[in-house]
Amino acid sequence: MSLEQFKKRDATPGYIYFQAEEKPKNAWEAFKRVVRISIKGELFVGLWIVLREMITKGNSHTVQYPAEKLPIGPRYRAIHKLLRLLESENERCIGCGLCEKICIANCIRMDTRLDENGRKQITEYSINFGRCIFCGYCAEVCPELAIVHSGDYENASEQRAHYGLKEDMLTPLDTFRAKEQKEFPGFGALSENADSFVKKTPLAY
Amino acid sequence: MSEVIVNINGKECKAKEGEYILNIARANDIFIPALCYLTNCSPTLACRLCLVEIDGKRAYSCNAKAKDGMNVITDNEEIQKERRAIMEIYDLNHPLECGVCDQSGECELQNYTLEMGVDSQSYCIKDVHRPARHWGRIHYDPSLCIVCERCVTVCKDMIGEAALKTVPRGGDLVDKELKDTTPKDAYAMWNKLQKSIIGIASGEESLDCTQCGECTAVCPVGALVGTNFQYKSNAWELKKIPASNPHSSDCSLLYYDVKHTSIKDSQEKIYRVNSDFNYAPLHAAARYGYDFENVVEKKDEIAFAKVIDALQTKVDTIKFNSFITNEEALILQKLKEKYGYKLVNEDAYAFGEFLNSFSQTSGTSLYNGDLKKVRDSNFVISFGTHLKNDSPNSGYALNNALAMNKGAGLYFHPLGDKVVQNYSKNITQISHKVGAEEAIAYLILDLFGKDLPLHVSEYLQTFHSTVKKTVKQEVKETIKEIVKKVVVDEESKEEKEIEEEVSKVVSKMVDKEIEVDQNALFQIAGLPEDFQEILEKYLDKKDTFSLIGGEDLYTHPRSQNIAKLLGLIQKHTDFSVLLIPSKTNTLGVSLICDLDAQGGKYTLGYNEKADITLSALGNGDLDMPALNQQEGTFTSMNKRVVPTNVALSFKGYCLNDIANALGLEAEFTIDYTKELPTDKGFEQKEFDSLENEFDNSGNENRGYSLHVKDTTSDEVVENIETVDVLDGDIIYLSNPVHQFSPFTNKAHQLNEAGALYVSTEFLEAKGLNAGDMVKIYNQNASLVVAIKLDQMLEGKIAYLPTFDTKLDVKQFFADGFRFASVSIEGAK
Repeated sequence: MSLEQFKKRDATPGYIYFQAEEKPKNAWEAFKRVVRISIKGELFVGLWIVLREMITKGNSHTVQYPAEKLPIGPRYRAIHKLLRLLESENERCIGCGLCEKICIANCIRMDTRLDENGRKQITEYSINFGRCIFCGYCAEVCPELAIVHSGDYENASEQRAHYGLKEDMLTPLDTFRAKEQKEFPGFGALSENADSFVKKTPLAY
Repeated sequence: MSEVIVNINGKECKAKEGEYILNIARANDIFIPALCYLTNCSPTLACRLCLVEIDGKRAYSCNAKAKDGMNVITDNEEIQKERRAIMEIYDLNHPLECGVCDQSGECELQNYTLEMGVDSQSYCIKDVHRPARHWGRIHYDPSLCIVCERCVTVCKDMIGEAALKTVPRGGDLVDKELKDTTPKDAYAMWNKLQKSIIGIASGEESLDCTQCGECTAVCPVGALVGTNFQYKSNAWELKKIPASNPHSSDCSLLYYDVKHTSIKDSQEKIYRVNSDFNYAPLHAAARYGYDFENVVEKKDEIAFAKVIDALQTKVDTIKFNSFITNEEALILQKLKEKYGYKLVNEDAYAFGEFLNSFSQTSGTSLYNGDLKKVRDSNFVISFGTHLKNDSPNSGYALNNALAMNKGAGLYFHPLGDKVVQNYSKNITQISHKVGAEEAIAYLILDLFGKDLPLHVSEYLQTFHSTVKKTVKQEVKETIKEIVKKVVVDEESKEEKEIEEEVSKVVSKMVDKEIEVDQNALFQIAGLPEDFQEILEKYLDKKDTFSLIGGEDLYTHPRSQNIAKLLGLIQKHTDFSVLLIPSKTNTLGVSLICDLDAQGGKYTLGYNEKADITLSALGNGDLDMPALNQQEGTFTSMNKRVVPTNVALSFKGYCLNDIANALGLEAEFTIDYTKELPTDKGFEQKEFDSLENEFDNSGNENRGYSLHVKDTTSDEVVENIETVDVLDGDIIYLSNPVHQFSPFTNKAHQLNEAGALYVSTEFLEAKGLNAGDMVKIYNQNASLVVAIKLDQMLEGKIAYLPTFDTKLDVKQFFADGFRFASVSIEGAK
């Protein structure tokens, strides 16, 4: 093999070097440079741009938060949500406990019990947001796409425990019925070609 | 048995001849997959995963016995194909509910599916409806069941109740066309799988056994789980704390599975008890009686000061029982040495005295048997104990010996027990009269004794007499007969009748008078008439003998002489003798403490009612930690000092705090572990150096064994002295099958009200029904109590329990003996 690539030690491929003008060699040349830059009027070009932007109307770059909010990416990982099943309105969470297990900040806990129908019921679910590092592992590991991140990043509150209980995270029924529950396209969501990974199991029916 | 060398995957493994290849492989850290095999139980051959190649031929390692020079290959392409196909078939129609299943990853089906790399399914079959069953404390979900039959095997070979069996599933038959394309063993396994599912052996709707729950422990999937644990927690969230059974003297290894109570309550809680089922079975009380902890909020300084003050001024006696650790017993002994308190402990005192007398004739400081020896023997006698209730684990060992070693056994007890009868057809229950125990001890000496001391053999000879007896005997006689025969004459072709003499052997029954040796002890012991024949049949090809003795003997009016006789049995017969300590640490306390027979004027009780009481039940003057809140050691019936750890924290004072306040110095209770008396057989070992586990070959690496010392023996025993015959109704002091003490009764899964436990026979004879109230009285006491039916009990003797603190039953048994005569009448 060619060793050419190893010999080129001074640069990483793809970088373009800017050829700056040569530095003045003595005091006379330095003096000439100062005079040249001053007389050229570059100072006023800059001042003009600032003045122009200042007096143009409706040209503010400041976001007027909280009256104004920046849009965030769909995969942004803010406070968690527990979603409901589209057909039955039931909670998606089956209480498998994988999020509890994978959580590296150890901030998820759940209480489960056997309900009257012989199913596993999640009586309580909590995330300690004082500890959560929003890594997204819980959303990634969830087999039911039940726990996801939302875009709600505003979580200032007078109580530490706010936002962290099941009733805070679960999609309220009115929101759900208004079809406002959003799927999360970030961590844990199925890829577009997920179907192609599935092998067909023979059926006897 | 001779030692052989087996070559497994190129590794030379030493083993005993006849040992199963699978066990040899496991002991040598060689992995062979197996779903259905259980150590100490017979091979089921249901899963066929343990398929190996022995000298070029296919065999199943779980039932292939080792021979010298065997060459075993545990894995090749063909075997891999079989195993993969087997796992594919096990996965067929298995519900994809791993996310909520209670096995939560501790699932062998899941493990082997991944191990065999099953990532696609090539078979299919129609499923059948399999609804879940509720069997009391046990929950069975047949849809998760893979019919490995471990539960059936353990119930039969280990527990001895055979309450489960395989029943028809009613599934579709496997398509015959698949026979050519499916690997052979996988196809055979599939055929069997389609035909069976687990059901109740008796055909009843609910499980009519003692509900020990061992079936839930052995289940490799989530099909059999404890009802109480269902959907409570994932297994991986639970912290396993190794401990020893605190309720009975088997002190089996168990694990408390601990986690925070709930999101709102971060206090730790025990969710279930787990075990190492291959090596240590657990009984119901150990498995379900885990939440007996004493919850206190903080140190009660006033009560503590009161107790210290009482100890310094008034107390002259400390009364306690044997549900304590060795270390606590040593603290009490040290307090005795320092302040002269009298130590009163009824059960340990009786046991200690019994052991002393035993040593006098046996010449050893302790008995020589243990549960492993019982399991390894093929002739077992149980004597003087209500075995199933007193020490279920001894019952399991007895059953295991009968099942695995083609053994036989005798069970001497006044109370009949259907469970024991079910162990095997080679066990005979002898319901002898109350008080005949001494005669039975002599009988065992008479039947099995070798080189007995002269005075004993002379005394035994007095029971023998020769009687003439007429027996029918088969006699073979040769008789000559004249038979007429038709012969065709060859020449004339004519039929001719000729007469021929033929001799013939005929057997004939004749009466014959023979001289028979009659043993009067048979009658005293209440043996059945054909006992001699039964015994001869039982003793055929038997070479290892065990005897289990129990609590009836320690409290017997003739206990000292019985102890001496048992000592002689250990010395002069092939029997190894196992004495069941009556409570968890009775053996330890009897060795560590210098106990007094009588108490003084002012008594401090530790878990016993007294003038001032320390109690782990939460009903005394000062709260103490329960045994699941303490660390320390127990001395088990196997003469082993085993450690137990803290499962739940305790916020109050413990005995060590009291001892420190009184001038002893130790930071922790376990500082006393290394100070346990070496002259009694204990070792000077730190608590933290004690292990608590079984290794892969089943070796018990738990704590250490007590050193048994030789003592001087004199072999002097007394003759049989007849005990007063109990008349009227007889009651027995015993707990029902899953209760041992108020601690087991505190556990929420076991809690019940005490009653008089009776048999169906008793109810019929008295014209009473279960649930009726009865009045029990004798000259000492009277008590009105409900009656409960014990389905497993036979005979007319009823029993009263000690686990319910609301019932004062000890008053009936004034002299300590477990039997008392009373009158029982229906009360309104």
